[in-house]
Order: sequence, then structure tokens, then C-alpha cells
Amino acid sequence: MVLTVNGKTYEVNTDPDADLLSVLRNELQLTGSKYGCGEGACGACTVLINGKPARSCITTMATLAGKDITTIEGLETNGKLHPVQMACLTTDAFQCSYCAPGMIMSAVSLLDQNPSPTEAAIVSAMNGNICRCGTYPYIIKAIQLASQS
Amino acid sequence: MKSSDYSPHPFEPTDDELPQQSSIHFMMDRRKFFKATGGGLAVAFVLYDMLSYAGENTLAENASLSDSQVGAWIHIGEDGIVSVFTGKVEVGQNIRTSLSQIVAEELMVPMASIKMIMGDTDQVPYDAGTYGSLTTPKMGTQLRKAAATARQALIEMAAKQWNVSADGLKAENGSIVNVAGSQKIFFGKLTAGQQLLLPVSDKVKVISASDWQVAGKTIPKVNGRLFVTGKHPYVSDMNLPGMLYGKVLRPPAYQAKPLKVDLSKALAIKGVVAVHDGNFIAVAAPDIRTANKALHEINVSWQETAGQPSHKNIFEYLVKYAGANSNRNTPAAQGDIVKGLASANFKYSQTYHINYIAHVPLEPRAALAQWTDGKLTVWTGTQRPFGVQNELAEIFKLDKEKVRVMMPDTGSGYGGKHSGEAAIEAARLSQAAKKPVKIVWTREEEFTWAYLRPGGVIEVEAGVDKDGSITAWKFINYNSGGAGQSTQYKTVSQQITHLPSNSPLKQGSYRGLATVANVFARESAMTDLARLINMDQLAFRLKNLEDDRFIAVLKKAADAFGWGDNKPAGHGFGIAGGFEKGDYVACCAEVVVNNNREVKVLRVVQAFDCGAIVNPHHLESQVMGSIIQGLGGALFEAVEFANGRILNPGLSSYRVPRFSDIPKIEIVLIDRKDMPSAGAGEAAIIGIAPAIRNAIADVAGIALNTLPMVPNGVANSPIAKG
Repeated sequence: MVLTVNGKTYEVNTDPDADLLSVLRNELQLTGSKYGCGEGACGACTVLINGKPARSCITTMATLAGKDITTIEGLETNGKLHPVQMACLTTDAFQCSYCAPGMIMSAVSLLDQNPSPTEAAIVSAMNGNICRCGTYPYIIKAIQLASQS
Repeated sequence: MKSSDYSPHPFEPTDDELPQQSSIHFMMDRRKFFKATGGGLAVAFVLYDMLSYAGENTLAENASLSDSQVGAWIHIGEDGIVSVFTGKVEVGQNIRTSLSQIVAEELMVPMASIKMIMGDTDQVPYDAGTYGSLTTPKMGTQLRKAAATARQALIEMAAKQWNVSADGLKAENGSIVNVAGSQKIFFGKLTAGQQLLLPVSDKVKVISASDWQVAGKTIPKVNGRLFVTGKHPYVSDMNLPGMLYGKVLRPPAYQAKPLKVDLSKALAIKGVVAVHDGNFIAVAAPDIRTANKALHEINVSWQETAGQPSHKNIFEYLVKYAGANSNRNTPAAQGDIVKGLASANFKYSQTYHINYIAHVPLEPRAALAQWTDGKLTVWTGTQRPFGVQNELAEIFKLDKEKVRVMMPDTGSGYGGKHSGEAAIEAARLSQAAKKPVKIVWTREEEFTWAYLRPGGVIEVEAGVDKDGSITAWKFINYNSGGAGQSTQYKTVSQQITHLPSNSPLKQGSYRGLATVANVFARESAMTDLARLINMDQLAFRLKNLEDDRFIAVLKKAADAFGWGDNKPAGHGFGIAGGFEKGDYVACCAEVVVNNNREVKVLRVVQAFDCGAIVNPHHLESQVMGSIIQGLGGALFEAVEFANGRILNPGLSSYRVPRFSDIPKIEIVLIDRKDMPSAGAGEAAIIGIAPAIRNAIADVAGIALNTLPMVPNGVANSPIAKG
């Protein structure tokens, strides 16, 4: 099947029940999206499908025909970071940063839909993403900073 | 009390996890070293004063040092790049940044010219300094001294070149300049054509923390852009040409043994390599789906062991199977404990229960192994690269020089990645397949086959007089560990014991080791004692303390929190504190408990003193992360198990803190520039659980003595009560 990722099309030869995360990581070598739980419970694998956040570890290939997928690798434009990425750097939000790609994708989607979210709206939108290092308060600050840019 | 210059790994291993002292000798061979690094100036930190050993300022050619004596290298190349070689590893604590700051400070070079080479056993000195005894100098100190030695050597080289006195010269922004500002030479120019290898004098003068320009400042993560773009290659992201994906067939339960193993169906699949060697049954295939398919095709009959305990009877089990006092971290008994208890105005006796919890590093164990001409190279996320090198060398009967372990910056550990399981598995498969093999554990494997923070039972008996004097302190810890058992509160008599037990689950170190459990019991008991004599929790602690730094953190936290302020109805205040690894922590919590006994933590204020602060924001992140991780173990994290199986081995069934769980958190950092910097990754976790517990006691009079305290959000329903 043909898969559209970050504006590029890829011919992918895989089972329709294969999960998107494995295909991204192992076949397309797009390893920015991370495996954390395999059951859509931690958000490390979050990508955007037609602009909406989705857990790629529980998204099967069969559901993706004709859809636009955006991963962390697709956020940078002409070497310029997305405002959410910039804000994460400015606030120096993360520790081990393994959750960062998923966090950033969830935040990008949130700000697309709600450019000036309240703190409660941020918590609600981000609650599916786990940061085991416990950097949550800094991630909230980063999203607030990005919303002002 | 521990020496204040004791700075272990950010998440200290337990004694049985310590790497063997290396027996091989690291040759301080000048030619060999410079062949690898190019010419320039190199400074080696050695643990003994080699200047007196060598009798001069340079080492004899081929001087042989036990590799445990070499702590770190700093090399200044002809391009002016400062390479720092250290066995420390980056697991998110941002040590790559703070060690860079320390070197930049002493050498007077821009941060950008520093390259940290970390956790690569072929390149860095054996990391004896990391897990050593209390007297082993810590890495920060070693690098500070090595960098200061290099700076002094560069000044002397410039003085010689200009034929002037070294007194009028100083280092500035990667150059040596004279004070008048008329002469300037770049480090790289000075070291060009040189092959100078210097040992560090332990007596070298370093810059005082009060004069720091780069250290002591908030500097962002040095390679931060790689992480926010998803470009940093974690081990699980790495690939090699021709690489296979490995999968291990796990037993259905702990202690299960394979009786009959049939690999034939798996081997019939194209491209599949399968291995059965004792209890190790595994496959490798060109893609992960084929590997999973092959795993399912393996036919095994298992023999299970009946009668393994569950989380419902674990506490009775641990007490029943307890052994003799470990005498580790346990202070000597003092005074007459029987008399102390008998003579007290009030007697206190409580039993505390600590459930097993999991580290849940977001990146599960992963390893990539490759054999080339009899040499094994493994990339793996481990907190002990040299420990894993040891394990691999033993298993494959290789000289350690034939095993290279590399540790790219890893998706966290929290004390849970001291072992090398995935590395061994990948190496075994790779040896059989004759191709590189990568193994990435699933979350279920990580929950089940890694190791856990020990469960335990703690019995506290104490006596207290009306005036607040503690007459007796008896403390028995079953299984969870001896770390942090010593009390700093004055007592007339004491008896403190740690009794290891026969843990049915694989257990190991965790952030703060057993200090989390021991401080929970101690600080809960302290508040209960205060309540017995109607004394304020804070006042009771202050009355019984003599350590100025402990007193200072308690007061700082209480002031910032508003300890004496009026509370709304239904709200409770709790306080707790402790000391560990040269750090002092005090935590205040405000909770609200409604009529259904539902508990909500509203806010937390924590004061923290770890000596001179190297990077304020990164320190605050460590403290914040500790509080939040500690919140999980305090309120709801618990591993459930029965019949040798983990019953909640996933993130939908094992609850860790999320955004919505986080109260308002205020952190007060105390910068003690007059004190050496201590490690800060552990002690900050110990205050949160007892502070919350004591706040619940304050408002509702309920003593929650089991961790986690409110797995269902409601006080008085602790799980797995023994």
C-alpha cells in the first residue's frame, strides 16, 4: 500500500494488521516516534493522522489509506523548528526526553485546535502522554510559551 | 552520617549489583593514547598522587596503573576541542551538561568546545569512582581537578613560549592571555605537536564555588535539539546493515523450567535463527513480525513451581522468611531499649507495609550486538557499562578487551537499569546468527523480567515523654533494605535492624534505595509521636534535631509553605524530612479529605540542600522529577502478582503519575556554596510520601501505613495489607 508520511509517499509492503509504529520505525527508518507500552497508554508513539493525534502503536495499516501522517520528523520546516519544539528547548523541559516526540506531537495538535488553551485544557489534552521523569510542570510551561508565539 | 563528598551514581546500586573490581591494568601508554586522540595535552585523574610516584611532572612511559586508579581523562586537541572521557552515563539527569559546565569553568573554555565521551568501555577509564566506597572522589571533583591541572599546564606552556612568568597569565575563553591583554594564544596552538600526558595532583587548586561563572548557572541541555526533533538515536532506534530483530521466549511464570523444546516449526520459517540453550530460548529474524511469528511457532512444555506467594500474602511471607541482621547501614545499638520503652510516658508501636513497585523507564531495555573478528560490541541502555562488559566477558569467556559496551544517552533508568539482560540476549543471538541482532523489550517484559523496588515490612516501636524527648527508638526493616535507616533525631536508646528476606520477585535498586521506605516509616512515626503528646509536627522535629542543615531545610520548607497558617475545613498539613547522600530534604504537603474519605493532594513545597548548585534548572528538574515519581509510589503504584506472574504488567493496568495527578509544586533550592556539591537524583524522592501521609493524619486522624496509601483514591483502603 501507499503511505503518506510528512508529505512524502512510500510504497509499503506489509500486512494490513501491522501497526503503524513498527512500520515507521523499522521499515521507513523514521525512529522519532517511540515505543513505550504497545497499548496506546503512554503516548510515546503519538503521530498526527489528518491533523488529529493518534497512538501509532495501536493504529493498523489497514486504516491509513489516503490519510496524511505527520511524525516528529515532519515538524521542522526548512531547518526551522516548530514553535512547540522551540518552546521545549527554551524552557529546557525534558530530562531523558524519550517521551518528547509524543509529547510534542500531542501539544502541536492541541495548539492547532485551541491556540490559547487554559492550564486545565492542557492537562486534559496531554493526559494520555506519560513522562516518567516527571517533567510535567515544565511541559505545561513550554506549551503555554508556544501558545504565545 | 555519610561523608559529604560521597556522590554515587545518580541512582545508587545495591551492594550485590556492584561491578567486580577490575583486575586488568589500563596502560597509561602515551603513544597508544595519542594515537586514539591525536596530539595535544591530556590530563588523567588518578586516585593516588602519581606525582610522588613518578617523581616528576610526567609519567614514565608505559607506567602501569591499576585501571581502578584512573578516574577520568581530559584531552585538549590541536583543534582546541576539549574531550572529556568519563564512565558516567546520561539517563536524563543531565549530567552530560553539568559535567561539561564544571570542565568549562575550570578550563575557561566555551561550553561548545567540550565534547563528552561517556560510557564507552573502549574509550573511557574504568568507572571505579562511580560505585566506590565513601572515600572515592566523585566524578565532578575529578574532572574539576583534571581541568584545573590542564589550565595550569597550558599557562606554563604559554609562559615558556613567551619567556615570561606564569604569574602574569590567565586562561580566558579557550586561550591563554597575559593580564595586560597584549598577548594571546589559543589552547589548540599551544598543544599543537605536543604529546603531553599529565597525571592530576590531588592538591591542585580549583575555582571556589563562590567565584563560578559557568558552573552554578542554568545552562540548557547540551544536545537538547537532537531530542526535541526525535533525532537522538536511543539504542532502540539504532540499526546496522544486515541486522536481525531478536525475541526471547519468556517462561509463563517465575521459576518455570522448559521440559521439552521444539524449534522445528520456527526454523522452517525463512530467515529465522533460533537458539535453545538451557533456559534461553530465542529467535532472530530479518523483521520483527517474522520474529514474533517464529516465537509463536516454538513448542515448549513448561514445568511450573506451585505455591509462590502473591501480593495478598507477601508481607507475612517476607517476615516469615527473614534472615539475620544484614548489619549494612545499620547503626550500633545504643542505650537500654527495654528500659527506654518501659519508662516512656507514651508508647508507640506501628507496622508499615511497602509494596513492590516498578521503575517503568519509558524506554524499555534494548541492546544491539555485533560480533566482528571475535570481538563483541554491544550498544545498550545501562547504568553500568563496565558491569555489563564484565557480565558479557564472563558469559562468552572473553578477555574484557574483546568486549566493548557503549551507552548512548538512554531513556531513563531510576536505578532500574544496572543489569545487562538485553545485552546478553542480543549477543547470544548475534553469535548464533553471525549477524548483528537488536533486542527491544516489550513493556510487559520490562515489568516482568527486569527487577523491582523491593517490598518490605517495617516495625517501629518508640517511647516519648510529655516534653517531647524520645526515650526509645526500635526499628526493624524486613527485606526492603537498610539504606536510610539511621535516624538523626535524638533518642535515649535505639536499636535498628535490617533483616533481608527471601524475595519471591526479582528485586534491586531504585531511586533512593530503601530510604523511601525507611523515611516513610520514620517520618510517619515522628508525626504520630508528636500527635501523642499534642505537639506540633514541626516543633517536635526541631526539638529533637541537632544538625543545622536538616533544621534549615525544615524551616525553609515550612516558611515557604505557610506552616502556621489557618487551614480551611477538611484540609490537612503534613511535614517530613530526611537526609541521604549528603543531601537534605524537607517536604510539606496540603491535602483535602472529603466525607467519603477521598484524598486529593493540593500542594507540595519542598526545600532541598545538596551543597553548591551546579545547574539550578537541572537540579530543580531532578527534584521535581523525584517528587512526582515519589507521588506515584506514595499514592497508587503497586505491582500485583500471583503464582509467579505479574498481574498488571502494562501501563493501562499499572498506574504511574500523569499530568492530572500533579498538585501545585513549589521547590526551594538552598545553594550552599560553602559545601561540596552532592548528587541530587535520589534524596528528593523521600519526603513526599510521609508528608502526604502526615497531612491525611492531620485532617482525618487516619494513619495510612501502607505504600501505596490510596490506590483507589480513598483513605483507609490500603491494598495488600499483611
